[in-house]
Amino acid sequence: MLRRFRLEEPETIPEASELLGRHGETARIYAGGTELLLVMKEGLAHYERLVNIKKIPNLDRVKRDDGVISIGALVTHRRLSVDDVLNKQLPAFVAMEKNVANIRVREVGTIGGNLCFAEPHADPGTLLLALGAKLVAAKAAGSREIPVEKFFVDAYETALEDDELLAEIRVPVMPSHSAAAYLKFGYLERPSVGVALFLSLDGGAVREARVAVGCAGPTPRRIEAAEEILRGKSVDEASRRMDEAGRLAAGASDAIGDLHGSKEYKEHIVGVLLKRAFAQAVEQCR
Amino acid sequence: MASLTTRPRDAQTIPVSLDVNGKIYELDIEPHELLLDVVRDRLGLTGAKRSCDMEVCGACTLLVDGRPVSSCTLPAFEARGKRVETIEGLADKGRLHPLQESFIEHGGFQCGFCTPGMILAAKSLLEENPDPSEADIKHYMHGNICRCTGYKKIIESIRAAAAKMRSARSRS
Repeated sequence: MLRRFRLEEPETIPEASELLGRHGETARIYAGGTELLLVMKEGLAHYERLVNIKKIPNLDRVKRDDGVISIGALVTHRRLSVDDVLNKQLPAFVAMEKNVANIRVREVGTIGGNLCFAEPHADPGTLLLALGAKLVAAKAAGSREIPVEKFFVDAYETALEDDELLAEIRVPVMPSHSAAAYLKFGYLERPSVGVALFLSLDGGAVREARVAVGCAGPTPRRIEAAEEILRGKSVDEASRRMDEAGRLAAGASDAIGDLHGSKEYKEHIVGVLLKRAFAQAVEQCR
Repeated sequence: MASLTTRPRDAQTIPVSLDVNGKIYELDIEPHELLLDVVRDRLGLTGAKRSCDMEVCGACTLLVDGRPVSSCTLPAFEARGKRVETIEGLADKGRLHPLQESFIEHGGFQCGFCTPGMILAAKSLLEENPDPSEADIKHYMHGNICRCTGYKKIIESIRAAAAKMRSARSRS
């Protein structure tokens, strides 16, 4: 059962920010509600006020400008999974979005809500880490850019201030001879482990690699130790060292045992998925 | 449950015009009232079921502007000015929808609890993809859970309805 709350429907970012600042912890931003309303129905959280930000214009667009794809925080997973600009520029992102939760959640849930709720067992944050995305936080006084690495603070906790809202996600377009892959595994509704890889090749060598692991621990994280193993190596040598990269990624993933699997199980899956992601990305770079 | 009698005097209400199966309802809705409760308890349309109550099973599926939603977790005010379809609105003047016919012909249900959600989700699938492969159906319908059939008959029902709808379209 959902308890009573008051609904606020601001039409500008400053108005929303002011409401959030004034009501502090008794208010929460509401967009799709696919995560927030679940915990409110369970009685795990209660807010006197929900601030519906869906009446704020221009937060529901995907556009390309100057080497960056800008995704409005209110774009739904469904729209992301069928967007032409994204399909051309960031196919790995579209593939990930097509498999978020189920069709009904994709229809209503927004990319911004997904990131801000910071549920550990979620997909987009992990891939955005590997893609080198930046998040634009806005409030009445102005806006700032937060790299994804700095955004996720802990499970259900982000770097946003009380009166800030996520306005936009900025993802650099893929350079030539590069590809990204996101693979996940799970046996419940939510994934047990998600692994993302960005790979850029120069001839037969790995020019750049970015590895991220999500769902295993409280927040998605970049795994720089695994990236270093791959960077500068020939594709063949990097392939041979995937077990080592997988072990490092598993060790640094901060995996914890939960409903979705034990620590050891998740660590094993990290290695398996990283190997597959590498093979898939190499294939697509060519 | 949504009930007019339990509303405190200072409760916030939102005047909402709801189009449900083509019929317009004028309702005062509180922000926390869920679409499933409004449709079942206020409008008496009980086809959509509350089951998992956490957006996983699909038994509460309704279509809002033709797209599937979990009505157990969607506040009713979100449907303001939009078109809501429930299973009760699918038959056209007593004539069953091709999906309803196919589910009967192919045994696409046993206990029937998941069926309203299955059929509505399948309707939105066929609107965007009139000729889905088995893999397309499995991907789209994976959030609609059936505990009786093992899904084979459901997939057959959807493919048969798709064929029927395509041939009806090419005739007209």
